[in-house]
Amino acid sequence: MSKLTRAEVEKVAALARLGLTEAELSKLEGELNLILKQWARLAQVDTSHVAATAQTIVQPMPLRDDTPGPSLPVDEVTRNAPTHVGGLIRVQAILSEEADG
Amino acid sequence: MTAAELRRASAQQLRDAYKAGSATAVELLAALYAAIDREDAQLGAWLYLRREEAQAEALAADTRYAAARAEGPAALAALPPLLGIPVALKDLVNLINTPTTAGSRILEGYVSPYDATIATRLKAAGAILLGKTNMDEFAMGSSTEFSAYKKTVNPWARDRVPGGSSGGSAAAVAAFHAPLSIGTDTGGSIRQPASLTGLVGMKPTYGRVSRYGIVAFASSLDQVGPFARTAHDAALLLHAISGRDAHDATSSTEPLDAQLLNLPAGDAAAAGIKGRRFALPKEYFVAGMEPGVEQAVREAVRALEAAGALVEEVSLPATEHALATYYIVAPAEASANLARFDGIRYGASGHGEGNLLDGYLATRGRGFGPEVRRRIMLGTYALSAGYYDAYYVKAQKVRTLIAQDFERVWAAGFDAIVAPTSPQVAWRFGAKMADPISMYLSDACTLPANMAGLPGVSIPCGLSDGLPVGLQLIGRPWSEASLLTIAAGYEALTATAAWRSVEPHDLVALSGGAA
Repeated sequence: MSKLTRAEVEKVAALARLGLTEAELSKLEGELNLILKQWARLAQVDTSHVAATAQTIVQPMPLRDDTPGPSLPVDEVTRNAPTHVGGLIRVQAILSEEADG
Repeated sequence: MTAAELRRASAQQLRDAYKAGSATAVELLAALYAAIDREDAQLGAWLYLRREEAQAEALAADTRYAAARAEGPAALAALPPLLGIPVALKDLVNLINTPTTAGSRILEGYVSPYDATIATRLKAAGAILLGKTNMDEFAMGSSTEFSAYKKTVNPWARDRVPGGSSGGSAAAVAAFHAPLSIGTDTGGSIRQPASLTGLVGMKPTYGRVSRYGIVAFASSLDQVGPFARTAHDAALLLHAISGRDAHDATSSTEPLDAQLLNLPAGDAAAAGIKGRRFALPKEYFVAGMEPGVEQAVREAVRALEAAGALVEEVSLPATEHALATYYIVAPAEASANLARFDGIRYGASGHGEGNLLDGYLATRGRGFGPEVRRRIMLGTYALSAGYYDAYYVKAQKVRTLIAQDFERVWAAGFDAIVAPTSPQVAWRFGAKMADPISMYLSDACTLPANMAGLPGVSIPCGLSDGLPVGLQLIGRPWSEASLLTIAAGYEALTATAAWRSVEPHDLVALSGGAA
């Protein structure tokens, strides 16, 4: 299988929303390629007649009854948020002013 | 009982002493916290202690025992089995009004607003919750060296790791800071540290224990389970936490085996080994296995045979692909689970002057440590467009082959698989930190059971160069009671073995000479 290029490492870090320094990206590039070499051996396993398994112990997984119950109090949930105002969690604007127009 | 006897007592012995009125939970708690105060600066097992609440729980337990003693034997017998028994929790279990860090800076400052289901169950069972233990960040690691907070040492040798990721929970029980603790096992994180610290550690069948309120790592693999110093104690704790939970759709309705609370002991336990059929998988004696480990495991197998068990070598050919398969599936699931850490709702935040994306990048870039970043990167890559089929789907297919290997063993009528837990005894700090793959290889014998969802237990089976070696038993789904019955049988067979009387070598040194 393929080798991960520096551009791909940067792209994956961006997808994963990891803000990394140049030095951190370089270190990861080397480590990830070593690990990918281990993964490459899987390509040689014949799985042409094998189904994929997501979960091995098959359970009925019943849903719970759809009945209202108590939820956590708002102030106990928001107390963990870095910034909150009047029972709401404050976040940066998602859209810029130009995009709004 | 003296303080030294109290801290060494098993949960079973404590329960008997409480019933007889020869010990109290308050005395025990004082002995445990005194030991922790004296030793944890060096041991590093604990991240948070819950002194006041634990004291109240101990007083409540003592009151109930006293009332039941006054009432008579029937009242004593009706008390819940964990009443007054201290339990330590790995720091990824949400416990209301206590910090939960999962060993990560990104959860610094987070205070749980609710109880995990297992915390609710332990409280209802009357357990005393002592506090939270150190761990590899988000349970990713095999030595606890990836904790963002502190170093946990192995009580058997201060210059060596306790294993991981549940290293704090293992060290706490091995150092007699608690009779029982809770860990989680995604690829071996209960069984491997149990092996390295000389404990009984069980990963139950996938679905046996609710994960509601447990910080998730890889949701198709994670299970919660007990650490203890005996098979009986492990069974007691497993019994209290198991069972269907409406808050976790993957938790099973499969009934618990009543035998868990009634494991045989002594000669009856030893006699139960006779006629058992064990499979010995040749692939688990991996390259790089230490000779002392192999010797101890093979001696344990001979002891089982001498007691009348039938042991046959089997082949599990997909085992050689388990490591690569695991290190695609687990990081892929982790990359999705850890997307929730965005610095907005809880934990450390990098959001400030910039836009939302800048805030995410800063929060996650600074908040996650090196191993977690590696796995998020691996998982994101394996799930990314163009690579999904080649890596993630391929790994899921090989996962099927791994599960089929085990199914053939059960179809052939074996009771359990016997194997090493870890190819090595506890290693020195730093020995594997520079090479991620060497760290990953330390889970080679444990992660196949996770891939197949099967229960597994590590039990002490001797020492190599003075350090504990673990024997692993893997069973068919829902066979926890059977595995722990076998474990109790092996304990009885080896009750008088010289290695059983050896205590962790560095206990005295940890206390500055006063243990």
